[in-house]
Amino acid sequence: MTKRHLLAVDDLHVHYRLARPHLFGARPTLRAVDGVSLSVERGRTLGLVGESGCGKTTLGLAVLRLVEPTGGTVTFDGMELRSLGAEALLDVRRRMQIIFQDPYSSLNPRQNAGDIVRSPLDVQRVGSPSEREERVAELFSLVGLRPNQRNLFPHQFSGGQRQRISIARALALNPDLIVCDEPVSALDVAIQAQILNLLGELQEDLHLTFVFISHDLAVVQHICDEIAVMYLGVLVEKASRRTLFRSPRHPYTRALLSAVPARRASRRTERIRLEGDIPSPINIPPGCRFHTRCAYAQDRCRVEVPELVEKAPGHWEACHFETSPRAG
Amino acid sequence: MPAVTGKPPVLEVDGLCVDFAVRRKQVRVLSDISFTVGRGETLGIIGESGCGKSMTALALLRMIPSPPGRITAGRVLLDGEDLIQVPEKRIRAIRGGEISMVFQEPMTSLNPVYTIGNQIAETIRRHKGISGAAAWKEAVDLLDMVHIPAPERRVHEYPHHLSGGMRQRVMIAMALACEPTVLLADEPTTALDVTVQAQIFDLLREIQEVHGTCIVLITHDFGAVSEMADRVLVMYAGHKVEEGTLDEISGEPRHPYTQGLLRSMPEIVDDPADIRERLPEIPGTVPDLLRGLEGCPFAPRCPSAMPKCRDRPGYTRLGDHRSVKCWLASEGTGDRVGS
Repeated sequence: MTKRHLLAVDDLHVHYRLARPHLFGARPTLRAVDGVSLSVERGRTLGLVGESGCGKTTLGLAVLRLVEPTGGTVTFDGMELRSLGAEALLDVRRRMQIIFQDPYSSLNPRQNAGDIVRSPLDVQRVGSPSEREERVAELFSLVGLRPNQRNLFPHQFSGGQRQRISIARALALNPDLIVCDEPVSALDVAIQAQILNLLGELQEDLHLTFVFISHDLAVVQHICDEIAVMYLGVLVEKASRRTLFRSPRHPYTRALLSAVPARRASRRTERIRLEGDIPSPINIPPGCRFHTRCAYAQDRCRVEVPELVEKAPGHWEACHFETSPRAG
Repeated sequence: MPAVTGKPPVLEVDGLCVDFAVRRKQVRVLSDISFTVGRGETLGIIGESGCGKSMTALALLRMIPSPPGRITAGRVLLDGEDLIQVPEKRIRAIRGGEISMVFQEPMTSLNPVYTIGNQIAETIRRHKGISGAAAWKEAVDLLDMVHIPAPERRVHEYPHHLSGGMRQRVMIAMALACEPTVLLADEPTTALDVTVQAQIFDLLREIQEVHGTCIVLITHDFGAVSEMADRVLVMYAGHKVEEGTLDEISGEPRHPYTQGLLRSMPEIVDDPADIRERLPEIPGTVPDLLRGLEGCPFAPRCPSAMPKCRDRPGYTRLGDHRSVKCWLASEGTGDRVGS
């Protein structure tokens, strides 16, 4: 990790021990995140994409230590998070925030908008009460809410406005890193554009670093600089936006891309169809995790686990085969 | 793309209006909605939440909660029979019979305490009046038809055993139980992953090819519409603002709302530029229907609004099944009808 990188994740594992299925049964382990390494440069956006259940949200939470990783390290601005004590962690948390997917359930319905935005300032005891009020007013204008909406409650806002409140709350403490967990998935398309533009502007003005979790490849392509594709707890491909969309390598990435409905007939190329669903993270297939759904799977894929290696400069892939980009 | 004209319409909706009584006011949630769907055709209805697209589907089956809702005008013709006028008993037979519905959330629309076989068989028994054993056998066949592996085993499972995509397949199987002429699909893939979404669309297309079912696909996702629909209807604040074939709507949208909607959606390109561009957004939010709308409903957010927009525009017909509700379009060659 160099000085340019704000966040580095190394071989991160998040395993959950589940209850015994029956009295003498062994406790199964759910491997939500199973050895992920990545890093994010300052002021850039890393996109994490994958189907539901692939572990992308758990990874986002583990980065903030909102769930406790069971292995590996998370280094934020040179500090190893898992070694920090409660007090030091509170200090670091000032600098890392999160925006959740559902603006309906992530805001306290009994708190008014101003108090929601103010609560991080109260928790961290930043400034005097009057300074906090000033900061709230400042944040409101920053995210495009009117000052007279300060005393309204969440149910009086539309979905897009609620997401603006969540963003204001995340910005309250001047963070460096914001984990955006599907911030626009619950919004209407027209509102989606407003929120994406707002996030882009804020990133430029405040020099923010984003980890952007999404299942929507069009949104990811629009907002992310670097993209990591996740499947069943591991990364299968990692590249810059341009490289990934121009020459996707991994069969899973290519299938994901081809499943996105094309708006114009010209893009409607031959489809790669994935059969079935993502396997259970309790019962991970041996060998390459994707072999059960991969059209190119060979015997070797069923036994041997492929490592994530740099196949071309800046383009990482976990596959045994040299797939020529754009073939198949 | 199949031909869009020449097919006799199976479902014909004409001037449908729905009012809701809210706080002692009459609020018009659907204003003069008309469309037709032909055999084997897919009509996409697209719009933001609250624009009345789901209400349209409910109104077709007379499932609007009443009071406060009321169908105040219009006809819904299914093979010539007006569903607004038929007796209650007949409409109950039509629901799930000739017209069936697939909802967005497959978890909440299945009963968690009954097995899926039980739920499918119930639909069959009610509509076809056949014995339990025969209905059960049909349920297995239906699960097989929607490509659920090992259907004999799966019929005994409960909804929580199944993944989201599987549940949506069960919902589709249930909707197909009585070989409907019209399938209303209300956001059938919104809760699903793209990969599973593609599987569900494949299934719907396959069923349509085999049975000639008409599909009304209600969605806010233009991707879904472009995947499935032959023709598209764009709704805004209870109004049909534009109608046309898929190519017409995506290629040359005429209504400023359709144009804004299409522009504001990020689209995957094969070679993205290295700089991030701002998405063109539609400013503001959808109007509050409670305040009552004067003139064009989109005017407050419209980049090309003009004084004339204080009067409500009528439909300008630009061709067969192609109309726009905007003053801009009426200035062209099309002839205006109604208001």
